[in-house]
Amino acid sequence: MKSLEELKAIRDRAKATVHLRKENSLDNIRVVVGMATCGIAAGARPVLSTFSEEVAKRGLQNVMVTQTGCIGLCQYEPIVEVYEPDGKVTTYVKMTPDKVDRIITEHLVNGKVVDEFTIGSVGNL
Amino acid sequence: MQELSLNVLDIAQNSVRARASLVTITITERSADHFLEISIADDGCGMSEEQVARVMDPFFTTRTTRKVGLGIPFFKLSAESTGGSFDIQSALGKGTVTTARYHTDHIDMMPLGDMNATILSLISMNPQMDFVYRHSLDNNSFTLDTRELKAVLEDVPLNTPEVVQFMKETLEEGEAELLNQTT
Repeated sequence: MKSLEELKAIRDRAKATVHLRKENSLDNIRVVVGMATCGIAAGARPVLSTFSEEVAKRGLQNVMVTQTGCIGLCQYEPIVEVYEPDGKVTTYVKMTPDKVDRIITEHLVNGKVVDEFTIGSVGNL
Repeated sequence: MQELSLNVLDIAQNSVRARASLVTITITERSADHFLEISIADDGCGMSEEQVARVMDPFFTTRTTRKVGLGIPFFKLSAESTGGSFDIQSALGKGTVTTARYHTDHIDMMPLGDMNATILSLISMNPQMDFVYRHSLDNNSFTLDTRELKAVLEDVPLNTPEVVQFMKETLEEGEAELLNQTT
């Protein structure tokens, strides 16, 4: 079984590393996943966990993954909104865990929106 | 919803919105009786008797972005379609307990699904809250209590990646052991 000793070691390591992450900092990119009934039913849970895991794995200190409720576009769920520090907002629709990797690499890391996944591209579905 | 664990995730979001500080999620299985009970208890703002009656209605919601509220009706239907039962106990200022009971041998029984993913999402998205997850199967049980973890972690947040990984492994081991003891 996992032991609390192991958790203590994790705590000590976490305290020892200087935290570069600034919660709520204006320099952060926010990735917001819709987690209301509509989002969850459409498959938002694996999308959210894939984002969290990948961001942690790549050590992206400036990316915050959070959740929100229903934004009223239930037919496009799972929806992921990306808020950038300059005020730009991108809405990705009909998300799947497979699409997450490209969004992280192309958009969150390299700053280029993945147009084909945005609401603008699939807007007339 | 494809699996019951998604209903649990959805219903627990109501507890988050009700500004609960502690949410207790309990799964009780008795295999000989083909019985499964899911209970979600919170200490959030609670509801009046009149509100409790209305949340069962799919055309009632407190939100303004759309006109339907399907979370509770979906969860209720999942239980009742197996010949099981569903109820909500709530008191303003005290909290809410939502309970669904299932006949697991019924043809309309949905799989419980990935409860660990549900619990992990809830904890890592709401690190300031506390969650107790208890899964019992026949005479054995497994419990994860974030208050115990926080006592060890001090000011290190629950959603630190290494801590999330620790909780993930703890849940996986707990579940594996539960299934092992029973067979």
